[in-house]
Amino acid sequence: MSWILPPSASTFAGDMDFLYYVILVITGIAFVVVEVGLVVFAIKYRARPGRKAQYIQGSTRAEIIWTAVPAVTLIIIGLMSGGVWNHIKGRNSIPPNAIPYEVHAKQFEWNFTYRGPDGQLGTGDDFTLRNQLHIPVNRPVELQLIAEDVIHSFFVPAFRVKQDAVPGMDIRVWFEATEVGEYEIACAELCGLGHYRMRARVFVHSAEDYQQWLSDRTAAADEE
Amino acid sequence: MATSAVSLEPAAHVEAHELSFLRKYIFSTDHKIIGIQFLLMSFVFLLFGGLMAMMIRWQLGFPDRPLPAGQLLPETMAPDGILLPEFYNSLVTMHGTIMVFFAIMPLLVGVFGNFLIPLKIGAPDMAFPRLNMASFWVAFSAGILMMAGFFVEGGHAAAGWTAYAPLSADPEWSGVSGGQQIWLLSLAILGLASIMGALNYITTIVNLRAPGMTWFRMPLSIWSLFVTAILVLLAIPILSGAAIMLFFDQTIGTHFFDWTDGGQVILWQHLFWYFGHPEVYILILPAMGMVSDIIANGSRKPVFGYHSMVFALISISFLGWVVWGHHMFQSGMNPTLGMTFMISTMIIAVPSAIKVFNWMGTMWRGNIRFHVPMLHAVGFVAMFVIGGLSGIFMASTPVDIYIHDTYFIVAHIHYVLFGGSLFAIFAAVTYWYPKMFGRMMNSTLGKIHFWLTFLFYNLTFFPMHDLGIAGHMRRIYDPSQYEFLQPLAPLNRFITVSALLLFTVQILFAVNFVVSWFKGKKAGENPWDANGLEWTVPSPPPHGNFAKVPTVYRGPYEYSSPLVEEDFLLQTRKLASDVDPAAAGP
Repeated sequence: MSWILPPSASTFAGDMDFLYYVILVITGIAFVVVEVGLVVFAIKYRARPGRKAQYIQGSTRAEIIWTAVPAVTLIIIGLMSGGVWNHIKGRNSIPPNAIPYEVHAKQFEWNFTYRGPDGQLGTGDDFTLRNQLHIPVNRPVELQLIAEDVIHSFFVPAFRVKQDAVPGMDIRVWFEATEVGEYEIACAELCGLGHYRMRARVFVHSAEDYQQWLSDRTAAADEE
Repeated sequence: MATSAVSLEPAAHVEAHELSFLRKYIFSTDHKIIGIQFLLMSFVFLLFGGLMAMMIRWQLGFPDRPLPAGQLLPETMAPDGILLPEFYNSLVTMHGTIMVFFAIMPLLVGVFGNFLIPLKIGAPDMAFPRLNMASFWVAFSAGILMMAGFFVEGGHAAAGWTAYAPLSADPEWSGVSGGQQIWLLSLAILGLASIMGALNYITTIVNLRAPGMTWFRMPLSIWSLFVTAILVLLAIPILSGAAIMLFFDQTIGTHFFDWTDGGQVILWQHLFWYFGHPEVYILILPAMGMVSDIIANGSRKPVFGYHSMVFALISISFLGWVVWGHHMFQSGMNPTLGMTFMISTMIIAVPSAIKVFNWMGTMWRGNIRFHVPMLHAVGFVAMFVIGGLSGIFMASTPVDIYIHDTYFIVAHIHYVLFGGSLFAIFAAVTYWYPKMFGRMMNSTLGKIHFWLTFLFYNLTFFPMHDLGIAGHMRRIYDPSQYEFLQPLAPLNRFITVSALLLFTVQILFAVNFVVSWFKGKKAGENPWDANGLEWTVPSPPPHGNFAKVPTVYRGPYEYSSPLVEEDFLLQTRKLASDVDPAAAGP
């Protein structure tokens, strides 16, 4: 049993994980206070012969305290969260130097469209790979999520990225990987009988390896 | 006050002649019988929902092994006892649907709304007894229809209990047509039953309160059922409307949720959750109210901060309408709205916190009798706290990015609806059982049932938080497909074994419930030394409830009052200092 988040590998994962641990500590304190309180009261105030409960109807002071403390704490958590949220998903959060990709999600596969040598998406030299996303490390990428049938949800646990792809909507999500390696992409929204195997992989390359991979790819495409 | 369209005088002529069996127990207009009918119906659906959960857990714990007795299922569901992925999706969908709409909601609203409201406010019956009877039989029919969906071609609905379009809208994507349509029709019909019930509850509480039963002398159980009835009346038509729109998309070619032809996919989610979030409170407010009654009784003390408990209920019922977007943070909805819905969600946690602290305040310096209902009620508080606190993780939009649609959510909802609502239901059933059936449930068996349920419940659901934190998606037929989920297989097996044990120990409750009905110790009028009006009449109360119209002199929680020797003081007991409400003027 573990309440520790698994290792992360993107730029904003640290901020998110920090918030998670802040909430874990705050809720942990509240949890202990209430549960220990219940156990102590249950033992201390259990019925015994000859005892009578104290006739107490309430206490305005106590109630003001236990209204104000949670309210202030929750608002602070909300404000802390708001900044991180805007950084990750806000309207203008996508960094201008992000490499664009198109992601076509359909039952039950992810198709990634890459820009070709002309550096533009939507031109004739684009190419598409099934269930494989190749990206460079330390460089933001922008994914345009396009759902072709039902709703899917693009989820890379290691990058702390999750975003629904909705038919008819133009939805973009970005992230920047910080560790070279291979990571799993999952579909997080029930999308039909093959939902459980709608799985893909993201390959994070070093800058040089990424260039090498890209030119190999283009050369291979030219020969075809 | 309490002017009424219906006479408050008990209808003597009703008792004058014997009713036939059919009129007395089947097509009864007695609110108590209808409450018991809802109870038996909901228990059957609770069993069905539980069996589905066991099949889901088996698949997650032991994906390669045939389901025990799985050979009994047809080829279209589980050939050779191995569940098919499409049947698994149906199970996930129907477990949620059955538990929410046909178990927890009727248990709280149908059973206790019916049984308690007239008895606790001093009325002979509901304002509209025949409407009440219709409500049960319409709900019953909707339930039969819902179960019939398993037997149609293409299988039952498989798009989740939230039925997100377009998966739910287009058979091309789900392979399900008849099942999904039956699902929609059944919910629309059930909606009628809920609306009839809600109208009845509101009218009854507004008009039929006994003399002296002012608003702030009502027990919190009645306050919560009143607020819930208003939520039902406002929320259910939204679901019914959305269900009919989706039904038309499926059958007559409308395009409400079809983006290729002018519709909007995400509209379904807005409609569903605009209903769905108030629904969450429909499923917990009555539990909170009844637990308040039981904790005061067990602690032998007034409810701590009665007025703030009422205002917390009312503020939850308002705020409940402006938080639905927190189900949709990752849906592609305008991200600016994320901030709005996060703040409203954080605020709605405050009244829930107030309630928890007030329950603890009620126990503080009490003289606590741990009867079985009290054990379940304290269990409710202990578990509801976990569900409430885990909700804060999801309310925080950035943290939600990671845990949305994972087992963390599954853990959260079960801490609210099982640890919360279902423990409250166990508390309420054991508390009012003697009033319903005139006999006591076995206390020793009840305590064993409580402790084993409490243990296996936590062993089942607490580790689900850990699954979610590791990234385990919900509604996954076979987690071993993913490398990052493979190390979680032992934990999944542990949860499955715990869940099987949790299910098994419910036999204790079923046996206790059935055997006590016939063989239990006879209950007196007031076995728990409680204060409410229902404890002043025989167990079970006769048709018409009160031999003469009761007069109420005080609030429901005058336990350990310095005015009397005993540690309880009935709402109807007249002390020398009390003035009759009629004499006090209008």
